[in-house]
Amino acid sequence: MAVVQTRALTKLFNKGEVGAVVGVDLESREGEFLVLLGPSGSGKTTLLRMIAGLEEPTSGEILIGGRVVNDLTPRERRIAMVFQSYALYPHLTVLGNITFPLKAQRMSRIEREKKADWAASLLGIGHLLARKPRELSGGERQRVALARAIVREPALFLLDEPLSNLDAKLRASARTELEQFQKRVATTTIYVTHDQVEAMAMGDRVVVMNKGSVRQIGTPAEVYDDPSDTFVATFLGSPPMNLLEHDNVIVGFRPEHFFPTTHLAGKAAVPADIRAADREGPYVPLRFRVGHEEYLGAERILYGRLDGGAFDGKTAISRMSSTHGASFPAESLHAFAVREGDLKFFDRETGTRTKRVPLE
Amino acid sequence: MSALGRQRWLGPAMFLPAILYVVALVGVPFVLAFLYSVGDVKVGSVGYHFVGLSNFASVLQNPTFRRALSNSFVFTVSSQVLVLVGANILALALKNAFPGRRFVRFLILLPWVAPVSIGSIGWKWILDSLYSVVNWVLIRLHLVNAFSPPMYLGEPRLAMISVILVHTWHMLPFATVIILAGWTAIPRDIPEAAAVDGARFFRRLFQIELPMMLPIINVAVLFGVIFTFTDMTVVYILTRGGPYDTTQVLPSLAFFTGILGSDLAEGAAISLFLVPLLVIVAWLMLRSAHRAEVT
Repeated sequence: MAVVQTRALTKLFNKGEVGAVVGVDLESREGEFLVLLGPSGSGKTTLLRMIAGLEEPTSGEILIGGRVVNDLTPRERRIAMVFQSYALYPHLTVLGNITFPLKAQRMSRIEREKKADWAASLLGIGHLLARKPRELSGGERQRVALARAIVREPALFLLDEPLSNLDAKLRASARTELEQFQKRVATTTIYVTHDQVEAMAMGDRVVVMNKGSVRQIGTPAEVYDDPSDTFVATFLGSPPMNLLEHDNVIVGFRPEHFFPTTHLAGKAAVPADIRAADREGPYVPLRFRVGHEEYLGAERILYGRLDGGAFDGKTAISRMSSTHGASFPAESLHAFAVREGDLKFFDRETGTRTKRVPLE
Repeated sequence: MSALGRQRWLGPAMFLPAILYVVALVGVPFVLAFLYSVGDVKVGSVGYHFVGLSNFASVLQNPTFRRALSNSFVFTVSSQVLVLVGANILALALKNAFPGRRFVRFLILLPWVAPVSIGSIGWKWILDSLYSVVNWVLIRLHLVNAFSPPMYLGEPRLAMISVILVHTWHMLPFATVIILAGWTAIPRDIPEAAAVDGARFFRRLFQIELPMMLPIINVAVLFGVIFTFTDMTVVYILTRGGPYDTTQVLPSLAFFTGILGSDLAEGAAISLFLVPLLVIVAWLMLRSAHRAEVT
């Protein structure tokens, strides 16, 4: 078990900035599931590859378990990595794949097979040991890749979008399994993904990256409820946070915090929403002209414009449970509201969080 | 004619030139060679008498033929081993980017692009008994005796080694290109995964990369075997089979006997000795090419 630390870690490429990493300071905690989240090209995979020793940093330091590992080969770093493609050895059987890292350690055959059995049974692939990778389904390959990673009990797990090659249904169950598996082996894990649902569901903490730098590090609740800048605010959440320009600030609020006042009346009577209870403050009334509605089964999403007041004409999105029965025909005007505590304020120039200003 | 009727004829019509080509330039000579080998044809003779297998019997008793037969195997096996090792090392050196890589790749490909005859003539001068540049250098370095330098093409053993090395020089680029292609076809993830799994260079090379390239290496080797077994250019230009027929291989001996020596029948019998072997190699080649496709 070990923690990873990076100090001002930078990787620049000759051909432009896609995938570059600029001055990243990061510190994982013991046994933590740390998720690197960002759009493609944000440098998250490059960062992971530098930690693995597959990519040489331009500058900065990487520490694993308190030791600077910049000059160590991947072999000497005692890490295990699961690749997006799984990178199974196609000419070896599943058993051959799982025992390969042990062979590289010159472990005896008997011990190797004992270890492989342990890893295979942990992941429920004991019956597949004699097969070749091409005879396996996507989910089975992913398990073999995981078994190969855990078999030598590494100090650190690095996972590069291991679920992105699975179909949607399998991905959800694999996500839960992977998370439980990580808790069981309690190995510090760094997990790269561009999927915010994965990040929120699995991560103990989430590192949000964009254009090579870290935008925010925090628990899923922190990065979602308390975004440090407009990038984090819009990258997390679907639909993203409403951002409305107002003088020299940008005012943001989540679509689910923006609801009709009729809904509000019911809510106030039943204080079921505990989190809402500590967000003090009165409601900010806003008039909302509905453009169109998306019915998504569990929820309804309204797209439209604000009408009158400080935000006249600005587009906004409201998201509510589909148990809310009212109808919102196109072009109809409704009284909506946001709780004052749910408003976030960002600097208009830098996009970073700033002090609350009164809205006239 | 209806569109369907036209289509029925169009396919075979487009295909016909290829068939004609193969029949005229491969099929007919092959049948002729077979007929000659069981007849008594000489250049200029008019009649044809069936003589059974007597040509084969006489060929087999000829020590020059037996020498050529064993030379053919020595020539093919040793040049292919050298090519295989050399091509893998070259491909390994050329697979990673470095400044000037394109130029070096071009240089390495040159021997393959240049006509064999020109290359071989160049080598003939390099290895010449009087003007050899190799000997000139070795004498200046005091590595060989200035009064009796090695005669690269004049001593049986050295001549065979020279023929093998020149042919290797000629075949190397082709095998390098094939193996390089095989290497680039390996997803980058896989050697990386092996590195993270703790495998050092040689374990990655011998346990991961080379086994993954095996089907492609097979194709390179089988192609090389066919090209080498049927080639006579290098022998013909460098040594003319000499000294005293010690560097003859089957194709050159067939040429010398059948065409230059006018004994078409015996020449045909010699060249037909290659057929069973080439059939086996061709079959193996098709099989491994098919396997390379499915995996």
